[in-house]
Amino acid sequence: MGKILLEMKNITKTFPGVKALDNVNLQVEEGEIHALVGENGAGKSTLMNVLSGIYPYGSYEGDIVYNGEICQFQKITDSEKKGIVIIHQELALVPQMSIGENMFLGNERGKKSAINWNETYSEADKYLKMVGLSESSRVLIKDIGTGKQQLVEIAKALAKNAKLLILDEPTSSLNETDSRALLDLMLEFKKQGMTMIIITHKLNEVVYVADKITVVRDGSTVETMDCHTMEINEDRIIRGMVGREITDRFPKRQNPFGDIVVNAGDVNMEVKNWTVHHPLYTERKVVDNVNMYVRKGEVVGIYGLMGAGRTELAMSIFGRSYGSDITGSLYINGEEMVLKNPREAINAHLAYVTEDRKGNGLVLTNPIRVNTSLANMNGVSNHGVIDVDKEYQVAVDYKEKLRTKTPSVEQNVGNLSGGNQQKVLLAKWMFTDPDILILDEPTRGIDVGAKYEIYCIINDLVNAGKSVVMISSELPEVIGMSDRIYIMNEGKFVGEMKAEEATQENIMACILQSGRGEEA
Amino acid sequence: MSLNIRDILKKYTMVFALIAVIIFFWVSTDGKILFPQNINNLISQNAYVFVLAAGMLLCILTGGNIDLAVGSVVCFVGGIGAVVMDKHINVWVAVAIMLIGGALVGVWQGFWISYVKVPPFIATLSGMYAFRGMANVVMQGMTIGISDETFLNVFGGGADCYVPDFFHGEGLNITCMTTGIMVVLIYAVLVIKNRMDAQEKGFEMAPFYSDVAKIAAVGASVLWIFYKLAKYKGIPAGLIWIAVVLIAYGYITTKTTIGRYLYAVGGNEKATRLSGIDSRKVYFFAYINMGLMAGLGGILTIARASGAQPTFGQGYEMDAIAACFIGGASASGGEGGIFGVIIGAVLMGVINQGMSIMGISPNYQKVVKGIVVLVAIIFDVLSNKKKK
Repeated sequence: MGKILLEMKNITKTFPGVKALDNVNLQVEEGEIHALVGENGAGKSTLMNVLSGIYPYGSYEGDIVYNGEICQFQKITDSEKKGIVIIHQELALVPQMSIGENMFLGNERGKKSAINWNETYSEADKYLKMVGLSESSRVLIKDIGTGKQQLVEIAKALAKNAKLLILDEPTSSLNETDSRALLDLMLEFKKQGMTMIIITHKLNEVVYVADKITVVRDGSTVETMDCHTMEINEDRIIRGMVGREITDRFPKRQNPFGDIVVNAGDVNMEVKNWTVHHPLYTERKVVDNVNMYVRKGEVVGIYGLMGAGRTELAMSIFGRSYGSDITGSLYINGEEMVLKNPREAINAHLAYVTEDRKGNGLVLTNPIRVNTSLANMNGVSNHGVIDVDKEYQVAVDYKEKLRTKTPSVEQNVGNLSGGNQQKVLLAKWMFTDPDILILDEPTRGIDVGAKYEIYCIINDLVNAGKSVVMISSELPEVIGMSDRIYIMNEGKFVGEMKAEEATQENIMACILQSGRGEEA
Repeated sequence: MSLNIRDILKKYTMVFALIAVIIFFWVSTDGKILFPQNINNLISQNAYVFVLAAGMLLCILTGGNIDLAVGSVVCFVGGIGAVVMDKHINVWVAVAIMLIGGALVGVWQGFWISYVKVPPFIATLSGMYAFRGMANVVMQGMTIGISDETFLNVFGGGADCYVPDFFHGEGLNITCMTTGIMVVLIYAVLVIKNRMDAQEKGFEMAPFYSDVAKIAAVGASVLWIFYKLAKYKGIPAGLIWIAVVLIAYGYITTKTTIGRYLYAVGGNEKATRLSGIDSRKVYFFAYINMGLMAGLGGILTIARASGAQPTFGQGYEMDAIAACFIGGASASGGEGGIFGVIIGAVLMGVINQGMSIMGISPNYQKVVKGIVVLVAIIFDVLSNKKKK
């Protein structure tokens, strides 16, 4: 057994009315990758905030022993001085600044009165090389993709002389390739002796990189598993997280759709030769000649890597809310439709549930009641006057139907956990009475238990004869939930397969082949 | 669920601040600030603040957007009205012209802001210069007097701009007192009805004592104000206009879909657009409304002064903005309400008047006003921080 680098002893942290952490113990050995898993709201992030000094010494009980000494961090810089660096889920980069400027923001090279730019950029390039990013450090952050931005964050942490690196959901916005590259980079750092804590929902990643796994549940550490002495698989971890066995990660539908013969009358929505151009760089095709259809009672999955054009396709269909110079035809119930704005799309019984809950989906400063009715105010008002009683009733009905966990529908949405926010967002769109729902990454950033509930809601919807188009970048989810899968790459549909034919391997193969075809 | 004192203090910080300020001036002016005449003046002199702040609130809700042109528009519209009335055109036609004029200014500014996406600050800055200039052009740089008795009485100018006492009370205006009692009764009935409604449908309710406390607090202050007014000359015309505007905007912001959209756009414009709401129409609505209120503000201003001058309305936009922010409207939009506007406007009015009675020079008055605005926002920021 190696040397213990970090020990958190009996940490208890209370917020007014809530015990967020209850006697948490965590031991991290030097040179290991330690995974912290747990459902949303279990207390993982709170624990890391205690460690990094965001919650200063004195606001919690218990001790942090780091490198053999008890630490009393007052602020983040205190913990960073010791080499504890946290990389948050939301990237903290200034888009208008260069990579180098971002990397040394608050930690500038040179004198206080005069920044030494040569040193800044040459050092930045050195760290970029360490993370394997082949960009000049003079490139602006906004000009590189999310995957590269994540690498910049890591380089920035290295520049702070990190000894213990904490990564909070580092791959939540990365595609499979970038995620894999990031995980491999972590393994590389491990070889060089770096200690890391990773917080993630993606259990396959945990199995891939972790030496030890600590499960946090309801503010307490439940168990720590050692991956080298125990047989670890995803089901074992899930059992620890939810405290029970989840036998099926994807609930079964009553009438699996697979073998019904294509029948034109059953087609609920069809898109033909759909092409969308980038709103600013108008010569660039973001969606290129896409043909697709979805039948009543069917779940159609669209799988593609980040940047494949999935969201852009969905939003352009939904009342042209994205893109310019959109061509192609859209048929709903066999009738050709031109939907010029979201309102017309809603009236055509189309719903688009965004991947970006906070940015595009919900008004966080408003209560659940208000968010639920926002897309269908006519349903709760009369000649422009709101019937608050009715609105309240609608919100309560959906809260019960979708089992949203909240003390009251008057709670502001900003105070809810990701899974519950997603339910409010679904409720909002279900209340518009849609026939076709486009769900964009419906389970992003939410925990296993809530995911299962979202899947059940999707099943209820299609059982009621609605059509669901599910966009996802999680392969198991696409395969587990869809009746039929479209595979999208670089703006084009490059494959279509029935769920029972689909495997992770042949879907990835489909994408790789299309990529090669391009080069040839 | 019990309300603790800290929550109440946080929710009604500005109300307590207002009470503290009133007590301060009551002591330092030997009680003069609460003389019936001063209370009457407080209302009549500040009527424009309430009206403009109500309009400004709508703009601020859409995302902290402000209208800098308000003062100039007040002057411009007032100038048009004075010129028109000078030509002996029917008063009501003149009033209609002023209101429509204000609304048209709103259309002009709103168009650029909502459909061409000119930043509101810049669009209204341009309006601030242009309409000030046009006011000068309309009045040809001169003062124009207004002598029409009807106009002055109805809109709060001259000596007789009060609701007449139908009962001819001695030393106490009975109409005024009765109105005050009626207002309190109606308010109490509404609160109780709301509560019974909620009980019947099984909705959540505030604790019983908080409703009682609300009725008691509102009732006592309303009765007290009406009592003071009754001891003077009765209900000033300005108060009626304040009441009409505040009730209308209170209703719009809380009960109507367009009101809801104002909050939604300010809270998250992208989400609102994807919910099928045309955010451009929402901005447009907010600025047309602001124009209309600037029109009414212009009417009240020229009535109060019995005439129009090219310098009128200077700094009015800032009074309105300050009232909104003191009243807790969020500078990034999506939060705030009419109740806050009332508190903000009254607080500004009390401070103005208190200092005038104390004989503090106007220059220092401005310094104090500036500090008050800053302190109010600091309070707001700090209490929001604690919430998190």
